[in-house]
Amino acid sequence: MPGKLKAKIVAGRHLPVMDRASDLTDAFVEVKFGNTTFKTDVCPKSLNPQWNSEWFKFEVDDEDLQDEPLQITVLDHDTYSANDAIGKVYIDIDPLLCSEAASVISGWFPIYDTIHGIRGEINVLVKVELFNDLNRFRQSSCGVKFFCTTSIPRCYRAAMVHGFVEELVVNEDPEYQWIDRIRTPRASNEARQRLISLMSGELQRKIGLKVLEMGGNAVVGYLQCFDLEGESGLVVRAIGTACTLDKLSSGSAPNTNTHVHPNTAPASNACNSPSKDGKEPVFGEDLPSFSGPPTPFRALPTSSSSPPPFSPSKPCSRQSSSSDTDLSLTPKTGKNTYVLSSIVSDQAVFYLQEFPFFTLTSFPPGFLVHVGGVVSARSVKLLDRIHNPDEPETRDAWWEEIRQEIKSHAKALGCHAVVGYSESTSICEEVCILSASGTAAILNPRYMREGCLDIGSTDHRLFTVAFHLRQFEEPSPPSCGFCHIPYDELNMPFPAQLTYCYHCRRQKVPDVLFTTIDMPPEAAVTGKGCLIQARLCRLKKKAQGEVNATAISNLLPFMEYELHTQLMNKLKLRSMNALFGLHIQISVGENMLLGLASATGVYLTALPAPGGIQIAGKTPGDLSNEHHILTIQKRINDTITKNKELYQINPPELTEEVVGSPIPEPRQRSRLFRSHSESSDELSELDLSHGKKDAFVLEIDDTDAVEDIHSLLTDAPPPTGFYSCNTEIMPGIYNWTTGVQMFTSVRVFRLSNANLTNQGLNKIFTDLCENLLKSFYFKLRSMIPCCLCHLNFTVAVPEEELIQVAVTAVAMTFDKDQTQEKPADKPVTKGCSETEEQLQFPLELCADSSSITTQTSSKISAASVDYGSFADRCSTWLELLRLKAHTIRRGSVKTISSLERSSPLPEGRSRSLRSNRSFGGSSVPVVKMTPLSFLPGTRIIKYLGIINMFFIRETTSLREEGGVSGFLHSFIAEVFAMVRAHVAALGGNAVVSYSMKECVLMENPNKNQAQCLINVSGDAVICVIETDQESMPSTINVVQTCSSGADGAT
Amino acid sequence: MAVELDVFVGNTTIMDEEVYQLWLDGYTVNDAVKVRMEGGVLEEFEASADVLLSDTMDQYRTFQMCERLLHSPAKLANQLLFQIPPHRQAILIERYYAFDDAFVREVLGKKLSKGTKKDLDDISAKTSVTLKSCRRQHWVQFIGCDGFDNFKRVFKVVEELKGPLVENIRQHFLLSDKLARDYAAIVFFANNRFETGKRKLQYLTFQDFAFCAGQLINSWTIGAVDNMVEDMDVDLDKEFLQELKELKILITDKDLLDQHKSLVCTALRGKTKAFNEMEANFKNLSRGLVNIAAKLTNTKDVRDFFIDLVEKFIEPCRSDRWTASDMRLYLTHYTNSAHILDTFKHQVVWDRYMGVIKSCIFKMYHD
Repeated sequence: MPGKLKAKIVAGRHLPVMDRASDLTDAFVEVKFGNTTFKTDVCPKSLNPQWNSEWFKFEVDDEDLQDEPLQITVLDHDTYSANDAIGKVYIDIDPLLCSEAASVISGWFPIYDTIHGIRGEINVLVKVELFNDLNRFRQSSCGVKFFCTTSIPRCYRAAMVHGFVEELVVNEDPEYQWIDRIRTPRASNEARQRLISLMSGELQRKIGLKVLEMGGNAVVGYLQCFDLEGESGLVVRAIGTACTLDKLSSGSAPNTNTHVHPNTAPASNACNSPSKDGKEPVFGEDLPSFSGPPTPFRALPTSSSSPPPFSPSKPCSRQSSSSDTDLSLTPKTGKNTYVLSSIVSDQAVFYLQEFPFFTLTSFPPGFLVHVGGVVSARSVKLLDRIHNPDEPETRDAWWEEIRQEIKSHAKALGCHAVVGYSESTSICEEVCILSASGTAAILNPRYMREGCLDIGSTDHRLFTVAFHLRQFEEPSPPSCGFCHIPYDELNMPFPAQLTYCYHCRRQKVPDVLFTTIDMPPEAAVTGKGCLIQARLCRLKKKAQGEVNATAISNLLPFMEYELHTQLMNKLKLRSMNALFGLHIQISVGENMLLGLASATGVYLTALPAPGGIQIAGKTPGDLSNEHHILTIQKRINDTITKNKELYQINPPELTEEVVGSPIPEPRQRSRLFRSHSESSDELSELDLSHGKKDAFVLEIDDTDAVEDIHSLLTDAPPPTGFYSCNTEIMPGIYNWTTGVQMFTSVRVFRLSNANLTNQGLNKIFTDLCENLLKSFYFKLRSMIPCCLCHLNFTVAVPEEELIQVAVTAVAMTFDKDQTQEKPADKPVTKGCSETEEQLQFPLELCADSSSITTQTSSKISAASVDYGSFADRCSTWLELLRLKAHTIRRGSVKTISSLERSSPLPEGRSRSLRSNRSFGGSSVPVVKMTPLSFLPGTRIIKYLGIINMFFIRETTSLREEGGVSGFLHSFIAEVFAMVRAHVAALGGNAVVSYSMKECVLMENPNKNQAQCLINVSGDAVICVIETDQESMPSTINVVQTCSSGADGAT
Repeated sequence: MAVELDVFVGNTTIMDEEVYQLWLDGYTVNDAVKVRMEGGVLEEFEASADVLLSDTMDQYRTFQMCERLLHSPAKLANQLLFQIPPHRQAILIERYYAFDDAFVREVLGKKLSKGTKKDLDDISAKTSVTLKSCRRQHWVQFIGCDGFDNFKRVFKVVEELKGPLVENIRQHFLLSDKLARDYAAIVFFANNRFETGKRKLQYLTFQDFAFCAGQLINSWTIGAVDNMVEDMDVDLDKEFLQELKELKILITDKDLLDQHKSLVCTALRGKTKAFNEMEANFKNLSRGLVNIAAKLTNTKDVRDFFIDLVEKFIEPCRSDRWTASDMRLYLTHYTNSAHILDTFKHQVVWDRYMGVIKSCIFKMYHD
């Protein structure tokens, strides 16, 4: 008996009236764990019963404790007929099994019924007594901590990062069992809820065992998903990063100043670190010391040629696919223990691991050495071909294949690891698309090896790492080091255009960088970032089985290509050169595929300035056409200029000349390549003769192209006072105040039956996304100035003519004035000035480097990918930095600081109006929720455990509940309420890293019915408002007093 | 092609006060969108009509879901479904129970169970409060025009509680003191069925009556003497009403009446232009006030309390062109002089009676 679970039922309130005659209820409670059930007395005739029961004790194995939820059922006693169920509460015991998490669960829980929703509340007390278990062959993994957060959780330091853990369990879906035909919808829903809860518990336990085997004690970046495969089963799978975490003692708890970048590793003795007055917390402090070698921004004439993004000449085997459209379940090609040739020996630690993958998206400083680019793989599978659907082997093999492919892509990029790794599926009938993506990277092996993996131990880690790197290791300053190419310049995996880093001038950088991770906090950026989305719809014929799978496989590469092109164009339109948090979702429906790529664009100071976009017509002689092109070109140029102003992108090396006309006049060009194209067989070639000026050229040769260009320009920028991004925080904003509003929004669009074209669909889909964003801006206008962070869009095609978009994000307020004056220009200008002092190079270097760059660029003239060879495969794909862009950089220098101040932002409302959301005095504890790993203005002092909840709601009176909108609205509100209640019962006051991973809505308005499944997760935490004495020295105080003053309670 | 489903749910429930008011006033979603568009919120924020419609729908749904809780406002504070900051909760409740004075003036004192749709139509036409609005406004239900069930529930709560009426309403409906007093007045008027609809009373506003109700509740009900009885603030103190009969001696005893008059006239002489009228009318006015007191044991006469005050006292004074300060002067001396009458033994009852009468008349006497 390794554990004793004790539960006490205290009271109920707001119960529904179950007896119409008396308008009252005779309620009692059943408490069930495993196969043991206890009952309370009946509390007659009361809507607010006081049971005050004895302690119900369950003596169970800790294995069961991990798997099973405590199930509490509230019933109405009926003398003559069967007792009516009022509703249930499932309580996950897991947080109680870890000594560092919660010690007791106590509080009011909503009583939930899958048909009626929340029906009153019940007050419950739960405790666990664990006995020591010395059995080393144990099946349980009690004590392993789980975090959804994709960075090292605050108040912990990573003693060691062990690596990738994954697990997958399969079961029959209760909805598809024969018994479902005779049981009530309620019973069916409850069976499903319970099963998923059990499977999640089992999955977590198994992953925990793996972690223990590896010698770790925690899983960070835990990502659990479920696949409703239908007939073939219900899959729950999870991935995560195993770590050994040490809790920092509360006295020296890390300062997680929020205006600071959240991802900085805990610095336990931050108070000791030197700081200068008037600086922003971590950023202000670190950056100067980080800012590495000198950056001769000025007088930097570089020119580079413009290779096309893709050219069909180069076959790329690594972009092959793993899909088996022949559907033979051929075993994968064994576990290849490959050796990374280009990697030096001290990275040997990675050999040990089959998959050097990390689900983390942000890292302790110094951890990430170089970033190669995005690697992704997709595969189309048929679910009805699974030989043994009840066993996980087939799915394991599928994922294994995909991961191998990801690994080989990373290798091709000269990288030994994949960070920001995630996996997802999209299922329609029997077709399933498996996707995985991540960012190829080189990590600092010191963090991986035993002994020296002391990530957070040096309190001045922020500094020391930088110094270490600079002095003893390769001289990559943290503010630009990660941008430097990891691959061998002479033996590049793909043609790309390289230049010397604009920050340190020592190493090569690509012209564009795409990643799936958050921007490293120490990265130097110019201006602000913004959300960039590429949206795409592709019709496909309805088909079945293999034909269908083949059709989908054939479409995938084109979709990826177009999404990529859109992203690239939009990036250039905003005059930015890097994407972070890139997430590409491809969703399959019966007659279409939807693709949505979201990322946060920024201008990395280290990378070259992007060139403009040039429009080219096919028939130069046509005057009206020419005029048309000129008009479009002008619009594009205007947009670029406007965007530069909007996002405050004024890199110092931009000359007046370039700012004035980023694009050569279209007449100047002679022959240009086409970059938008569905027929990739057409060879595109670049004519370099049109000059040294940059050219990213779009050719208009048919109406589709015109549409494409128009759609480029339709993306409205956020209204004044708003910013948006899909990463944790917005690059360029550092001084967050405490106003936080997390929200979930769902829209479903019904397409008319009319003949739809791809273009028409694209427009509808784009409008849908754009309108959603507009709605958010409008609804949250009272929070201005604010930023929508972690905008997470999920698309689905629930039925033939429906497009569903679900968004979860958080709006956070920030202090506008400080943004402008301090942090925005500080990291940059400060960096510049300090580096200038340290400048060791003579300024002639500039001239040198320019010539080198010219050479380099002419050498790498064309990048290419042969999409033609993908014909019958599913695409997988390296997202790389291969678009050309160059600008002549010479002439006078504009300092960033002066430009920053010319921000177009108007005065926002006073902060007191905006963020004064004091909840004090309420009898219900306030629980804040955020998809980020932190709450601004607060410090997380304790992680209470993972929240992973799955709910089903069904109705047979859809109209009465206000239609689908009314139904879903109340369901989402209920889910929030249940999450908050569980967190509050654990003693927490916030959920961080919250996400809604699944929202499956099925409706049948004719039958007046609807059903919805929602899966949410997050980390329950206790956070306290930062106060002066707890926080770092003087530097932050200003900000902090503001923030703590503005927020009454958290 | 249409948006089939469109929801936005915040962890902290988002509510726009303007939209809430439109909802309370009974605007349909489309009408509300029109009003908001005219209000210029669009230009202010570069939004389109679709955005406004979507936002309005979301909020209307939220309000509808909240309405159940608003019926028993105490629940709003400890429910788990919506996370609403307390100051917002207070606004929600206060607005929900706020009412239009002109409208409530019309239904004041009407028998609560007998509201019909026709009555409502009439009142609506008369007060130019939209019918939509008054029918859906809870307070209409409260006073019983439409949803008597709802009123009954609310009224029952107050009725069964011991302690002061205003305080009970305030605590159980979490209303502001002012609003709670207004509700207490409505309940009090409804319970005692005071006549307020006569033509002669038309010049009085709801606030005039609410003030008088407050005076009556404070001094004439059982609660004024014993604050632990049910209905203490709703029913007038029967014993007191009986004792009021004793005051008749002031007008039936000729000596006492003359004595009283001379005392008052001595005190007033030279202090007011209306002295002559006061002296001439003294006996009439005194008879009027004392008769009102003596008749209050009859329920019928209680109902006519306000009309009697107007007919027997306010109108005669007004026709003599008394100013408000004349009124004050007169009533003060009239009340105080009675104390000097050595044969008049009912000082306590007299004070309790005249205290209320004085302040009611001051309030009701509009220049």
